Amino acid sequence: MPGWTLVEGRAVALPIENIDTDQLIPARFMSTPRAEGYGRFLLHDLARDADGTPDPAFPLNRPESAGAKILVTRRNFGAGSSREAAVYALVDAGFRVVIAPSFGDIFSSNAINNGLLPARLSPEETERLIDLCPTTLRADLESQTLRAGEETLSFELDPVWREKLMKGWDDVDLTLAHGEAIAGFADARRAARPWTWPG
Amino acid sequence: MSPRTTLDKLWDDHEILRREDGASLLWVDRHFVHEGSHHAFARLQGRGMPVAHPELTFGVADHYVPTRGAPATPDIARMIATLSENTARHGIDLFGLGDPRQGIVHVAGPEQGLTLPGLLVVCGDSHTATHGALGAYAFGIGATEVAHVLATQTIWQKKPKRMRLSVDGVLAPGVGAKDIALNWISTLGADGARGHAIEYTGSAVRALSVEGRLTLCNLSIEGGARSGLVPPDEVTLDWLRGRPCVPEGEGWQRACEAFLALAPDDGVEYDRETGLDAAGIAPVVTWGTSPEEALPVTATLPDPARAPTEADARRIAASLDYMGLAAGRPLAGTPVDQIFIGSCTNGRIEDLRSAAAVLRGRRAKVPGMISPGSAQIKAQAEQEGLDRIFAEAGLDWVSSGCSMCVGMNGDLVAGGKRCASTTNRNFRGRQGQGARTHLMSPVMAAAAAVTGEITDARDLLKGRL
Repeated sequence: MPGWTLVEGRAVALPIENIDTDQLIPARFMSTPRAEGYGRFLLHDLARDADGTPDPAFPLNRPESAGAKILVTRRNFGAGSSREAAVYALVDAGFRVVIAPSFGDIFSSNAINNGLLPARLSPEETERLIDLCPTTLRADLESQTLRAGEETLSFELDPVWREKLMKGWDDVDLTLAHGEAIAGFADARRAARPWTWPG
Repeated sequence: MSPRTTLDKLWDDHEILRREDGASLLWVDRHFVHEGSHHAFARLQGRGMPVAHPELTFGVADHYVPTRGAPATPDIARMIATLSENTARHGIDLFGLGDPRQGIVHVAGPEQGLTLPGLLVVCGDSHTATHGALGAYAFGIGATEVAHVLATQTIWQKKPKRMRLSVDGVLAPGVGAKDIALNWISTLGADGARGHAIEYTGSAVRALSVEGRLTLCNLSIEGGARSGLVPPDEVTLDWLRGRPCVPEGEGWQRACEAFLALAPDDGVEYDRETGLDAAGIAPVVTWGTSPEEALPVTATLPDPARAPTEADARRIAASLDYMGLAAGRPLAGTPVDQIFIGSCTNGRIEDLRSAAAVLRGRRAKVPGMISPGSAQIKAQAEQEGLDRIFAEAGLDWVSSGCSMCVGMNGDLVAGGKRCASTTNRNFRGRQGQGARTHLMSPVMAAAAAVTGEITDARDLLKGRL
């Protein structure tokens, strides 16, 4: 996956707390192969009526949300299951950045692994951005800032994750370069703690 | 060496190397895969890579398995078949449909002795923290990470902050691990332990059986913690001894010494400490659409008009609306349409025994389904006659799987229906589109079955415990 430093685009607000992974993508869609695209499943049951008709009042269905790259939302976004499909749905729908006061831990790791930035702001700063939406927003990993009009805010992100988003590392390649250290560790572990291999 | 927590010891024991930026490469002792791991196998396939250590990898069919008859749809059957194909291709032992070892991964793994103290355990499922009950460092991972573990048997992690959650005192009869968990989650919030690994300690935790500890650790993620563990003790060793994959003889003795040495050192300090008084905990029931929206069964529903902030008022009103509940009314007495007992949270033998204590000699007023956590638990429950108690109560006794906790196999709660459920998530639509879920313990779900409404199970347990 290619790394990135700057994303500029339309930001839309989803002013709801606790958007969990079951809401991001209901379980019934998860047997779909990724190649078919997950964007159409994003927030499916929140965005549509029971018969599947898009609800025109839902923030992401409004005309001004078309082509949005940045989502501003409330606390505990992505809590719940480890389903990476929740991130696939966001990425396939065109999102590159999600801004919230807090995120589910597994969601955040999954986001980083798919080039999606989970940017943390204070609840107050988040509310200010929600009030500005829809707007054009610029996310800069280099300076770790978000800029919308006159407003510039510094976001929080683990430095390890920032580096990974910018470099677009593939962890498997990175790890295989340590093959000897891993093999040595495994041998020593098996000798010292033989029970860690199932009998 | 300065005093260390159990997490510190586990971390040090698995760290292969640490990068300058603070990320550590950790050795993975045990990797469980399930039907949902198909994305990860596809990635591996795409790169033409083998599984690095198939002997440390175990497959379990659980998320999509039928609990009655054949798989519900061709899509569901395909998910189960794909797991069989992927595990066979890579030489991974599979606990598949019909295998006596089959069950929910977080029930079957510990049951077979595959999870031991001191191991690092991962699985592409957020409830992997369950395995921490045996003193393992266990956490859920996403598909990209599953592919990485398959390819390398390692994982990059940054060390979480260390949090001690002590529960001291004695739990009242009819109150258990589920109530402890929902109690702290409702106090600290669904993101309250974010970024932390929890060590559960205190006299009430030590007094829990391993089954209870598995329930407690299982729910760590619902409070935001990717992992939770109980330091191993004699209770842990007694539970493990003699299980199929546990070492025997001298090997067991050596292992036990290592297991007990994982206890936190005297005087060690944690990044964060919090405590609960066990005696003050009542049976807890969720009323909203996040596990943090939970209250003692004796409480009244919150009123948005009395919320401290406008944001809280909006959230409470939205949750009450989805749940079809009226502000300010007592939680007890809320009519339910059905009950579900099972899942990786509460599908173990003790859970079934406690539900049977409530149901013995009584009829359920509403339909319900009881799904044991594994095929082995199913057999044991039948040997103990629990299945007859459930059948005589008018409840369905079905096979093991994730079932109605997540609905992937087609076991769903219909839109607008209210389910008293022993599962782990009351998220909107989790049990089915528009379904209304109230999380609670097995005795509470059984009591709801008997009365047809949310009920304080302690009233129905008098003289039965």
